[in-house]
Amino acid sequence: MTNKLSKIPYWLLAGTLTLSATLAHAADTIKVGVLHSLSGTMAISETTLKDTVLMLIDAQNKKGGLLGKKLEAVVVDPASNWPLFAEKARELLQKDKVAVVFGCWTSVSRKSVLPVFEELNGILFYPVQYEGEESSRNVFYTGAAPNQQAIPAVDYLMKDLGVKRWVLAGTDYVYPRTTNKILEAYLKAKGVKEEDIMINYTPFGHSDWQSIVSDIKKFGSAGKKTAVVSTINGDANVPFYKELGNQGISAKDIPVVAFSVGEEELSGIDTKPLVGHLAAWNYFMSVKGKANDAFIKEWHDFIKNPKRVTNDPMEATYIGFNMWVKAVEKAKTIDPDKVIGTMVGIEAPNLTGGTAKMLPNHHLTKPVLIGEIQADGQFDVVWKTKGLVEGDAWSDFLPGSKDIIADWTAPIKCGNYNTVTKTCSGQNFK
Amino acid sequence: MPSRTLIRAGFLTFALTLQVLLGVVPAHAADDAAVQATLVQLRDADFDGKAELVETLAASNHPRLAPILKALYDSRLYYQEENNRTVIGLNDAAEITIEDAVTGAALGAVSKRSLDRITANNRLRSLIENRLASLGLASADSQQRKAAVEAFMRNPDPSGAAPLRERLAVETDGGIKESLTLALALADLASDDATVRATAATALGGQMQTEIRGRLTRVAADDSDANVREAAKSALSRTEFRLQLLGWAETLFFGLSLGSVLILAAIGLAVTFGVMGVINMAHGELMMLGAYTTWLTQQWLPVNWSLPVAVPLAFLVTALVGIAIERGIIRFLYGRPLETLLATFGVSLILQQAVRSIFSPLNRSVAAPDWMSGTILLGPLEVTLNRLVIVGFCIAVFALLWLALQRTRLGLEVRAVAQNRAMARAMGVRSARVDALTFGLGSGIAGVAGVALSQLTNVGPNLGQSYIVDSFMVVVFGGVGNLWGTMVAGLSLGVANKLLEPWTGAVLAKIVVLVFLILFIQKRPRGLFPQRGRAAEV
Repeated sequence: MTNKLSKIPYWLLAGTLTLSATLAHAADTIKVGVLHSLSGTMAISETTLKDTVLMLIDAQNKKGGLLGKKLEAVVVDPASNWPLFAEKARELLQKDKVAVVFGCWTSVSRKSVLPVFEELNGILFYPVQYEGEESSRNVFYTGAAPNQQAIPAVDYLMKDLGVKRWVLAGTDYVYPRTTNKILEAYLKAKGVKEEDIMINYTPFGHSDWQSIVSDIKKFGSAGKKTAVVSTINGDANVPFYKELGNQGISAKDIPVVAFSVGEEELSGIDTKPLVGHLAAWNYFMSVKGKANDAFIKEWHDFIKNPKRVTNDPMEATYIGFNMWVKAVEKAKTIDPDKVIGTMVGIEAPNLTGGTAKMLPNHHLTKPVLIGEIQADGQFDVVWKTKGLVEGDAWSDFLPGSKDIIADWTAPIKCGNYNTVTKTCSGQNFK
Repeated sequence: MPSRTLIRAGFLTFALTLQVLLGVVPAHAADDAAVQATLVQLRDADFDGKAELVETLAASNHPRLAPILKALYDSRLYYQEENNRTVIGLNDAAEITIEDAVTGAALGAVSKRSLDRITANNRLRSLIENRLASLGLASADSQQRKAAVEAFMRNPDPSGAAPLRERLAVETDGGIKESLTLALALADLASDDATVRATAATALGGQMQTEIRGRLTRVAADDSDANVREAAKSALSRTEFRLQLLGWAETLFFGLSLGSVLILAAIGLAVTFGVMGVINMAHGELMMLGAYTTWLTQQWLPVNWSLPVAVPLAFLVTALVGIAIERGIIRFLYGRPLETLLATFGVSLILQQAVRSIFSPLNRSVAAPDWMSGTILLGPLEVTLNRLVIVGFCIAVFALLWLALQRTRLGLEVRAVAQNRAMARAMGVRSARVDALTFGLGSGIAGVAGVALSQLTNVGPNLGQSYIVDSFMVVVFGGVGNLWGTMVAGLSLGVANKLLEPWTGAVLAKIVVLVFLILFIQKRPRGLFPQRGRAAEV
């Protein structure tokens, strides 16, 4: 007993030595923060992005790291808990002193960390399509803005499928509400009448879709081509599509175009009743091309499961990571101000064969693709925009944000600049 | 490399077949070549081009036309670059078994990445459905003819109406004759002649199908001729009242089916919470385990057989987990509801994260068996089969549980312990064993409910969370310790929710129901059917 007790100081000493060794080692690395939920409701989507960042860091280190140093991932788990996102972000920036953070999925988590990044002058790469109406100096939005997903999808339905009647169905939170507001204004501007638009909101995780689907069916039986524009989020999609299939609504009768359903979500559904329904994204796994094939292979090798799929937010993470690497190489430092200063104008290849460019409003140029769901859970591209679409932070179709632009280059240097009154309100870093 | 040899063998067979065909029936072979040439063009064509090519194919009258179009419809038509030909995939895997699209000759298995899928979009699928329909019209099988007419009615393109007219002249089956007449009337609605349109509109009166009503509504609104509009309007008005009644019946069914889901989720809790008084926050996770059991059985058994096997299996698995929870944790906490609540909440988190670690955080896809897919006509009411099966299943589970509690020795002991523990023990009932078995029974029923839920919602680690609040709501509303109360409460909450939904929207409907419940509990704290007598006072 005494023998064992007397050993404790040695253990402590050894522990301290290891710790200091780690610290010494840490000084030679550049730390990259990963802020994605690994538990809770959002784990289903966000775990994949954590793995993507780890894979990209691994690949970068094999190429010799960055500025002669190795990259080191600091993974934290905000557990799908929005206030915890802010705490973890603070921890990453203050305690771990990370050079950059890749993270967040839901808009509410992004809104929760935003003040932290602005206060501590960190850099966040946000890889998910979102509702827009925001631009922060410290955030780079590598997912789609509404004009890079929702508006082109509606255009496709209107022009190619001749849709005259619209159901805007969404989960009841900020992204669907804002997107639907933009879409409603856009549709009315295109001459769609009030009675031809049906808007419906459901709670998170809604599972009993019987009456809503039956309403959609009735709404669609007025003799005009009807489509559903779905901003239904996450888990609620499966019972929704199941109910559509069960009530015999096929994609030929009433197509559903979704903005939150990708390959990953489909891998948890029996896709047979869904064939022909649509999704609008900037990337599909099925797109053929060297870059995409290589990315898929790298992913399968890294995750050691050839059945795992890739999706749009993964591509956004990939683009964001490569842009950050390029910006750091160009700035020759990880100093946030210098990196943010060099980011605008940086170009990085996307996986569908084009080049993404970081715009002054911290959004990207992206191609918009519309895909139809296939029986194997993949999408076949049925339409794509001619060129790249520039991400617009402030929608031109909302009365409140029509005159507002974001431009982080001199002389405006503002995320919320009114072009009529020539004033900058909020998010202004002079 | 066996697959290589197979390809080579396949190619040889193909070459041989080609030779034989060339030698014996040269005319046919030339035809084949033409069709193959058309098919090959499909690969690079845009969707307008593809539509034209499909028309060319349909005009060719080739004997393989139906399987080729069906394959394109199902996205199983591929282009094989190395041999510059189109093939049909017979399965969907990394190694895909193919046959020549035109000759139907088996070509063995090849890697899927060596093939280019020929894509179809919705417009193309509608066109193919229409063209396949006219092919099916001539079929000797009356089922196929019926399907053909129905397919035509889904997109009544007047240019495809001629074969229907021909068929109507020779058709003998009364039912098909009737739908042929309707289909032709639908096509006539697009005629250039206003009198033809008006007659067609009148002929379609009294029909309830959404396709027909949709067309009529459109004609009633935008037809250029006033007479036609009038005819369409009066045709529509003939069904209005019936449609309204049907709407009410439909809402009632939706309510009953939502209610039966609530009952299924709550009934296990009615046993553990109602009879034993244990607040089991892990109840939802037991349902989740039941759903995962369904998924596991589907990995081993064909989908159509998996559910009947999954039900008893899920009962066993979750009952055992339940007994383990009771023996391991809850029995030390009887009489301390707050501690029980916290401990079981902990168990629920552990179970969730365990499932996340074992099965991954991604949802699992549980397929619906054929006998639970689609709709069925109950009189004039079209109901979805999966909901109907679940309503029946709920009744069966309820009846079995009721029988178990009323007619078995265990049921008697359970009731005895619930009413007066001390007295039951004095009469020789081993109350510890009864507690464990009761908890196992309640948990097992939760597992069975999980099997039903796997058909309705996501099978993932969060499945339980979304139902736990509803379950407690039903049990509290119905009156703790009363199975009938649970039944009435579940059904009335379901129907109330569905009645409110069209007016208030889904979000508000839920809130209204909750507010009503809170007020109700203020007035009657013991629920709809409170337990009376001495036991209830303890």
